[in-house]
Amino acid sequence: MSERISAAVVEKVARLARLALTPEEIERTTAQLAGMLEHFADIDALQLDEVEPMAQPYPLENVFRADLISPGLDRDEVLAAAPAAEDGRFRVPPIIGLDI
Amino acid sequence: MAGAIEIAARVRDGSVKSAEVIEQHLARIDAREPEIHAFNLVMADEARARAGAIDAMVAAGRDPGPLAGVPIALKDNMCTHGVPTTCSSKILEGWKPPYDATVVTRLAAAGAVIVGKTNLDEFAMGSSTENSAFGPTRNPHDTSRVPGGSSGGSAAAVAAGFASVGLGSDTGGSIRQPAALCGVVGVKPTYGYVSRYGLVAFASSLDQIGPLTTSVADAALLLDVIGGHDPMDSTSIPLAHPSLVDVIDQGVEGMRVGRITDLPEGADPDVLERTEQAFDALRAAGATIVDVQVPAFTFGLTAYYLIAPAEASSNLARYDGVRYGLRVVAPDTNAMYGLTRAAGFGDEVKRRIMLGTYALSAGYYDAYYGKALKVRRLIHDEFERAYQHADVLLTPASPSVAFPFGAKGDNPLAMYLCDVYTIPANLSGHPGMSVPFGTGTDDLPVGVQVLAGTLCEPHMFTAAAALERAAASEVRR
Repeated sequence: MSERISAAVVEKVARLARLALTPEEIERTTAQLAGMLEHFADIDALQLDEVEPMAQPYPLENVFRADLISPGLDRDEVLAAAPAAEDGRFRVPPIIGLDI
Repeated sequence: MAGAIEIAARVRDGSVKSAEVIEQHLARIDAREPEIHAFNLVMADEARARAGAIDAMVAAGRDPGPLAGVPIALKDNMCTHGVPTTCSSKILEGWKPPYDATVVTRLAAAGAVIVGKTNLDEFAMGSSTENSAFGPTRNPHDTSRVPGGSSGGSAAAVAAGFASVGLGSDTGGSIRQPAALCGVVGVKPTYGYVSRYGLVAFASSLDQIGPLTTSVADAALLLDVIGGHDPMDSTSIPLAHPSLVDVIDQGVEGMRVGRITDLPEGADPDVLERTEQAFDALRAAGATIVDVQVPAFTFGLTAYYLIAPAEASSNLARYDGVRYGLRVVAPDTNAMYGLTRAAGFGDEVKRRIMLGTYALSAGYYDAYYGKALKVRRLIHDEFERAYQHADVLLTPASPSVAFPFGAKGDNPLAMYLCDVYTIPANLSGHPGMSVPFGTGTDDLPVGVQVLAGTLCEPHMFTAAAALERAAASEVRR
């Protein structure tokens, strides 16, 4: 049944999605995604070559506003909600791992 | 006294105090909330302070606005400045937004009183409110059953009288389906009718905020307050819209009511019987019933479950442990992202992020996401053609009445099928609403769905009000 999607693909997708899934979760997700993709095959038979894709339901284009200075969010309040902040900035671990 | 129109009128003319109204509702919350669990947060102190301020305004001869003193329950995915907004997710637990959603600002300006933030399926992903990190909400009509979802907390709060009205959000049926299961009115307006600024994003091209109320008139009043253009939401429609309060008593004489002859099967007999009676009621009130076809309706589920997760996988990328919410400490950023998101998201959210990431990934994009967008166009165009022949369409809102906890088990597809009749309107952007219309199995509420064309809310509300009057006369008989 999992011909539609393999555990290896699911592992790759989890990496792309930045989700550290356990081996059990990978296994379960593979089976569930396979079941869903099986159901989603109902649209395979539709003739869609001449159909334009639709990304937005209401046709608005290039929505502009006046380029005026207006107050933004309060910096201290925003930083107070962060897991870690320092000197008016968000603090994060190194982008490249260190041995700690 | 529960109706918003009556409460606002009496608070405005001084014949009842906002404080009294709030105490009545807080007393009901005290009595039944431990059993129902409609709220993630009850804002009793804030509500009392606000009610006092409204009473002071009235005493000083000032008008608090069209929702003066009306207690409202707010789905916990709408930002409230300084008040926790969790989306029923561990990843946002304790987060206090630094701003108000536009709907919150408009409610405040209209004199409404927020009594609490209501429970939902995590990030609005679900149809039963079982997927909340903080435990499920129970249906006030039968506490062994779900209230529907994802706006199950707001629907239950209104049905239980904890609040006069509520706000939910509807991405695939998340207002209309819980409204049906809880026996209240639920409206998903035309996409762009209500500002999404401050609504925590799930699927941005599908999400809409809308009312949950005990009457069609209250829904009209609430939508008049929250609707309208907002420069903070670039998808907000820059058009004035007519007052819906003014149109609902117009009657349906001459209205064309469409029956979708190729509607997907799967609705229970009790729901189908009530839907037939709804057609009869509108015919008896002077409407004409016409047959229409929407052959792609049945493909809505597939298109939706590719498009919504794709958009969600992108929107939920922001929960990375950097700017707000949960962080799992790790030696580098990549490990921090992966561990934080694994610890903070529940199973259904992870499943949809995975599905969406897959549908968007190189090699699969055209086969899944690209194709789903074309099916979406097909559905939209077929509805547009149907609305040339019919002013409104009637369908069931939910295939069944409220189901017991755990009934959909571990089968995600079974749960997804709860939204088979509501999903197409999100894809097409057209408005839809659920109106209580009698009861089905075990005396549980049944909702009938009224659908209409883009910005045709006046037609939709007129038909809904006629159904409401017919349902009331049937109960009296």
